[in-house]
Amino acid sequence: MADQIGYSQKVMEHFMNPHNVGVIENPDGYGKVGNPVCGDLMEIFIRVKDDVIEDIRFRTFGCGSAIATSSMVTDLAKGKTLDEAMKITRDDVATELEGLPPRKMHCSNLAADALHAAIQDYREKQKKE
Amino acid sequence: MEERIYLDHAAAMPVHPGVLRFGRQFPGEFAGNPSTLYQEGLAAQEAVSRAREQVASLVGASDTASIVFCSGATEANNIAVRGTALRNAKRGKNVVASAIEHISVLNPAKDLQKSGFSLTLAPVDHYGTIDLDALRKAVTPETVVASVHYANNEIGTVEPVREVAEIVHDRGGILHVDATDAAGRIPIDVERDGIDLLTLSGNQLGGPQGVGALYIRPGVRVQPVLVGGGQERGLRPGTENVFSIACMGEAARLAGEEMPGESRRLRAIRDRLISGITEMEEAYLTGHPTERLPHHASFRFSRIEGESIQLAMDMLGIAVATGSACTSRTLEASHVLLAIGLAHDEAHGSMVATLGRTNSPDEVPRIVRAVEETVKRLRAITPL
Repeated sequence: MADQIGYSQKVMEHFMNPHNVGVIENPDGYGKVGNPVCGDLMEIFIRVKDDVIEDIRFRTFGCGSAIATSSMVTDLAKGKTLDEAMKITRDDVATELEGLPPRKMHCSNLAADALHAAIQDYREKQKKE
Repeated sequence: MEERIYLDHAAAMPVHPGVLRFGRQFPGEFAGNPSTLYQEGLAAQEAVSRAREQVASLVGASDTASIVFCSGATEANNIAVRGTALRNAKRGKNVVASAIEHISVLNPAKDLQKSGFSLTLAPVDHYGTIDLDALRKAVTPETVVASVHYANNEIGTVEPVREVAEIVHDRGGILHVDATDAAGRIPIDVERDGIDLLTLSGNQLGGPQGVGALYIRPGVRVQPVLVGGGQERGLRPGTENVFSIACMGEAARLAGEEMPGESRRLRAIRDRLISGITEMEEAYLTGHPTERLPHHASFRFSRIEGESIQLAMDMLGIAVATGSACTSRTLEASHVLLAIGLAHDEAHGSMVATLGRTNSPDEVPRIVRAVEETVKRLRAITPL
């Protein structure tokens, strides 16, 4: 497995037909991680109602695993409470995708970070109001 | 299911059917070790020397003893760079390489720094053509060996090898040329071109993987990087890989024979691909527009990433290469794309198509449509 370069079937499914792609206008929370110089940039938009992630969208520039992890994390977070969503880890995302090649675990598995950033953004906005 | 379209001949070439036919007669007939004197050994010896003649003839080497067989282009590049520098260290302690050489040239050149050599990287322009004025400054009387490839594998640019040879020889240096991607594609003549050492890959001629050759101009002194039983003039010890060497010879013969017609045919397909793809928005040709290998088309697309392009094209039945960092083992951006002046984010969106004998002009519309679909789909997801 250490030599594995190829992606699982699940990764390819999410890569080819990613879920929850797009933008939410005036989102309740917005998170952006990575940068184009490194080759991965993702942004996540959330709509929150009664502490639950009611809608979630993403846009990603990056490799296959960057796109697949973004899609997966939006699936995992949708309908969850903010506290539950904050507990979603990079490993959870990779596991749900039936694994990622080892060298992709760090660089292209930023989706959970983007989700957390979006939740934090929402919480900070709440404090101000 | 539509048939697959294979567009990554620079990574691996399907073995030529003529070579396969040739190879099939082999295993039964040849069991000999070329170092022995009984009949089986002599037959093996003869197979190797026929291959030596065939390879020498492809690159215009009049002395067949100038061809040393080895395991492939990486080994040939290592012997050429390391073996030549170390053997001639008395002359000087500098090595020059173009900034866009293959990693199997750059890494031995860097490694020589541990043995007290300095390494000068000669810059290229935005087409990937070596800057001859800069090369004139880079190569000094201290330079033992300069390595400038015949053509680049990622962007297809063909270098002005004869001018390079003049510059290197004027300063008394030895010129190594990695012709892995050019041999069998465009005419090479080591004597006319003034090449002292030339790297060849068996697979890139249509032969099997795991075999290659180094041309060494008679009189150029090189020391082995591997020591053992003295085969291949001591430069590549170990029992000869007779089967693969013989197949490489046959591949060289066929490549020479088919080159004029095949390069004309592939050039026409390449040009249609280039015009179809560069018509798209924010799609650019990389490498030289005219001084490029006949089978080579390379591009970059803004705002999307190369590994995604490769995967999406694969799902559409088409194998392409990319210089994207995400597909490299080191996850570093392509040194070639950075050296031609692309920014890191631009270097991420590359796609390389290298054609071969199985490709036909009929495939062009499907390839162009697949690229359009891929680019459109990925751009719809991108935040950039």
